[in-house]
Amino acid sequence: MSQTEIVRVENLKKYFPVEKSFLEKLITRTRSFVRAVDDVTFSVRKGEVFTLAGESGCGKTTTGKLILRLIPPTSGKVFFKNQEITTLEPEELRLLRRKMQIIFQDPYASFNPRMKIGDAVGHPLEIHGLATGEEKRKRVLAMLERVGLTPPEKFVELYPHQLSGGQRQRAAMARSLILDPEFIVADEPVSMIDVSLRTTMIDLMLDLKRELQLTYLFITHDLAVAKYISDRIAIMYLGKIVEMGEKEEIFSNPLHPYTQALLSAIPVPNPERRRKAIELKGEVPSAVKIPTGCRFHPRCPFAEKICKEKEPELIATASGHFVSCHLIGSK
Amino acid sequence: MEKLGVKRSMLLRIIPGITSLTDRGLAGWLIILGAAIVASIIVMTLLSPWISPYDPSTKGINVGAPLTPPNSQFPFGTNDLGQDMMSRVISGGGIMLQVALLSVTICLIVGVPLGLFSSYMGGVLDRAICLVMDSVYAFPGLILAIAIAAMLGRGVTNMALSIAVVYIPSYFRVIRSQVLSIKEMPYVEAAQSIGAKSRTILFNYILPNVVPSIVVVATVNFADAILTAAGLTFIGLGVEVDIPDWGWDLTNGRRLLPSGVWWVITFPGIFIILLALGFTLMGEGLSELLNPKLGE
Amino acid sequence: MQKQLLTVEDLTVEYWTRRGKVRAVDNVSFSLGKAETMGVVGESGSGKSTLGLSLIRLVPPPGRIVKGHVWLEGKDLLKLREEEMRNVRGRKIAFIFQDPMTSLNPVKKVGAHFVELIRTHEPKIGDEEALKRAEKLLKDVGIQPERINDYPHQLSGGMRQRVMIALAIALNPYIVVADEPTTALDVIVQAKILDLLKDVQNAYAMSLILITHDLSIALERCDKILVMYAGQIVERAHIKDIYKNPQHPYTQGLLKSIPNIELAEQKLEAIPGSPPDLLNLPKGCRFWPRCSSAMEKCRKTEPQLIETEPNHFVCCFLYGDDKE
Repeated sequence: MSQTEIVRVENLKKYFPVEKSFLEKLITRTRSFVRAVDDVTFSVRKGEVFTLAGESGCGKTTTGKLILRLIPPTSGKVFFKNQEITTLEPEELRLLRRKMQIIFQDPYASFNPRMKIGDAVGHPLEIHGLATGEEKRKRVLAMLERVGLTPPEKFVELYPHQLSGGQRQRAAMARSLILDPEFIVADEPVSMIDVSLRTTMIDLMLDLKRELQLTYLFITHDLAVAKYISDRIAIMYLGKIVEMGEKEEIFSNPLHPYTQALLSAIPVPNPERRRKAIELKGEVPSAVKIPTGCRFHPRCPFAEKICKEKEPELIATASGHFVSCHLIGSK
Repeated sequence: MEKLGVKRSMLLRIIPGITSLTDRGLAGWLIILGAAIVASIIVMTLLSPWISPYDPSTKGINVGAPLTPPNSQFPFGTNDLGQDMMSRVISGGGIMLQVALLSVTICLIVGVPLGLFSSYMGGVLDRAICLVMDSVYAFPGLILAIAIAAMLGRGVTNMALSIAVVYIPSYFRVIRSQVLSIKEMPYVEAAQSIGAKSRTILFNYILPNVVPSIVVVATVNFADAILTAAGLTFIGLGVEVDIPDWGWDLTNGRRLLPSGVWWVITFPGIFIILLALGFTLMGEGLSELLNPKLGE
Repeated sequence: MQKQLLTVEDLTVEYWTRRGKVRAVDNVSFSLGKAETMGVVGESGSGKSTLGLSLIRLVPPPGRIVKGHVWLEGKDLLKLREEEMRNVRGRKIAFIFQDPMTSLNPVKKVGAHFVELIRTHEPKIGDEEALKRAEKLLKDVGIQPERINDYPHQLSGGMRQRVMIALAIALNPYIVVADEPTTALDVIVQAKILDLLKDVQNAYAMSLILITHDLSIALERCDKILVMYAGQIVERAHIKDIYKNPQHPYTQGLLKSIPNIELAEQKLEAIPGSPPDLLNLPKGCRFWPRCSSAMEKCRKTEPQLIETEPNHFVCCFLYGDDKE
C-alpha cells in the first residue's frame, strides 16, 4: 500500500440471504443471495474525492457502509492507513469511528427528532469522552459556525424539524467533523436537497476538505454532480466495478458500453444539443439472479459469445484507467 | 422507580403546556377533559377524610336508617348497614387508584426495558420472549387476571400484580413495533457511526422516540385496571370489607338490587365509569395528538 | 396567431391551514398549443405540483382554487359541474403522478386498471374489447402484452411508469400533465421514459405539460418553459430564449448552478439563501432576499409579469419602462 493511500478495499463481498417462506425452504434446497457487492477492489488516495457512481441497486451505498463497518462484510478486506480494519474488536472499532465518518442521504431522517441540534452535534464528543460541559459547547458552536449555520447560538437550541433540508445537511457535516476525522463517506449528500442549494453544499464540502485535509468517498447516481466534484470515479453495475479512472479520462473517453450508455442518458441543459441516448435492452436484472459471464451482457449492444461465458477482469488500459470488458482487453 | 421519575418529569413538562393543548383542536380538548375528570376524582379521594359528611367505614354504621333512598340528608341514600352512600362514594376510589397506579408502575418497570432490549438485540432470546408474550396476550385478560388473583389471594398488591401480568404483553408489543421501525432509521445508523454503544443508542436515541406510544398504552392501562379491579372485587377477590371501596359496593349493591334498592350499585358504578372514561379520553386525545403530527 | 388549446388565466390556489393561508399558486397565466411541450420548472414550495393538480381540479383539501380560468375548448373547466369534470379527466386531460409505486392499485392486475378506465368513460365497450385495447397500448409503450395479467408489484419501477403512461394515453387525451414522471427512476430508464413520451406525443399529436425540478430535463425536452418561484411565474419563454437570454435572476442563478457534463471546466455558482417559507413571504418581490441585483424598489413592491421580447415574459423590476 503506497504512502498516499488512506483506504484500501480488497475483494470485498456482501451477500444478503433472501428470506424464504417455510414451504420454499422445503422445496428448494439451495439458498439464494442478493449479491449486493461482488468482489470489489479499489483504493482511495489521501486528500482526493473518490466517487462511486452508478444506478440504484449497484451496490455503491453498501460498499460505503462496508468500509465504515456499519455492516459486516461477507468476505474481503478493508484497510485504513495500512491497518486492516475488517477484523477489529469492538473497542478498537469505536476508536476508529473517530477517524472515519459518514453523511447520509436523507437529511430528514438522519437526526434524532427528540434531540436538539446542539446535543446531536456534540454527542460524539461525549461518547468518546473528549469534551463535556463548557468545552463541548464551545466546540459545537465553532463547528456550527464553520458549516455556515449562523448565528450558532440560535441553531444549538433548535430541533431538527425546525431546520430546512439544506441546513440539516450542514448540521450533519458538523456532526461528522466534530471528531476531527480524516476520511468521510458521503452517501448521496445532495440528492434530497433543492437544486438551487446543492452547489452551496458541494462548495462547502470542498472548502472543508481543503481546510481540514479530508478525503471523501462520494457516492452518487448523479453523474453530472460526480463530474463536478470528483478527482477519480468508479462506475458500478450490479455489485461490480466496471470502469474506474481519473475523472477527465472517464468522461472524455468512456470505454465500457455501460458507462457510455450512462453518460449518453444524462440530460444536458442545452436545447441545442438534443442527443439520442444509447439504447440499452431491457432493465437492470435482479441482484439475486445475476447473469452468467459478464453481468452486463444481456443488455450490451456489443455482446459476443465470450461475454456470456466468462466474467471479464478489471484491467488497466491507460495509466489509471481500468475497464472490465472482454472487447477492450484485446487492445 | 427511576421509570416513575422519568414519567413524572414528562408530566411536569406537560402541565405548563395546557394552553398549547387548546390550540390542538379536538385532540387537545379530549386530553384536557380527561385529565380534568381524573384529577377531580383523585383530589376528591385525597380530601375524603375531610370532605365526607359521615364516616364511611364500619364506624359509621347506622348514621341513618338502613336502605333509605336518596334524599336531602343522604343524597346518595344509605346501604343495608345504614352507611351514607355519598361518603362511601367519596372515599371509595382509593383502592382502585392505588391498584391502577401500582399496576402501571410494575408494567413500566418490567415491560419497557424488556421490550426495548429484546427488540433491539433480536436473536433467539428475542424470539423466546416474543413467544411467551404472545401466549400471555392470547389469553382473555379478565379471566387471566382472575386466575392469578385467585392464586395470589386478596389485597391491593396482588390485584395490581395480576393486572400487570395481563398488561405487560401490550406494552411489549407496542414498544417492539416502535423499536423495530426506529432501529432502521438513519439516525440510529448515524449514532452507530459516531461510535455510540448499544446502551447509549437505546436510551438516547430509541427510548425518547418510543415514549409517546408508551404514554398512550399507559393511559389505556389505567382505564382497564380500574375496570378490572372493580371486576375482581365484584367476584370477591378484592380487598377486605372495612375499607370503603366502589368495587365492594358494586357487589353489595347487586345483591340488594332485586329488592328494588337501586342506589347502592348505581352511584359507585357511575364513578367507576367516570374514572375509566377520564383515562380513556386522555389516551384517545394523546393518540390523536401524537400520530397526526407525523402526518403533518 | 394559432388558436391555443389550453389557456390559463390568473389561476390562484390557496391552502387554508391552521397556521394561516398559503398561496401555493399565485395568479398564474399561460397558454398551451396543440402538440406543444411545456415545462414547469421549480423547486420545493414553487407550486408546480399544485398547478398541475389544479388543471384537473384535484387539489387536495385544505387547498382550494380561489380564482382564475382554465379555458379548454371554449369552456372554463373551473366552472364545470363535477360530473362534467369527470368527463374531462382522463379523456381530455390525463395526469401522470410522480410515484409509480403508489399510483397503481396493488390488488388489481394491470389489465384491470385499463378495463376500469376505459369502461368508465365508454361504458358500451365490453371487457374483452377493453383488454385488447390495453394490450395494444402496452405494446406502444414497450411492454410485452402478456404482462396484462401481472400485478403491479411484479413490475419494476420503470415498467410501472410505462403502465402509467399507457393509462394516460388510453383515451387519447388532448393534454397529458406529467408531475415529475422520472424523479423516482434511474437516469437510463429516465431517458427511455422521456423518449417514450416524445414518441407518444408525436404519434397522437398530444400536448405535454412536464412538471419537474430538473432544469436540464426541461431544457432538453420542452418547447417552452415556465419558471416558478414561491407560487409565482418569474419567467416564461420559448426554450431557446431561456437558454440564450435568461432574464430573471433566479433563472440565471439556476442555469449557473446546475452541472453540465458537456462542459470541460465548470465553475458553478450557488444561489445564496433558501426558498422562502410560504407562510412568511418577504414583502415586495419574493426573490429579493436571494437576489444579487435587488434594488430598493424590490423590497417594497411586487413586480408584474411583462413582455420584454416577443413571447418572453419576466417578472422583475430590472426590466420594463420603470427600471432604475
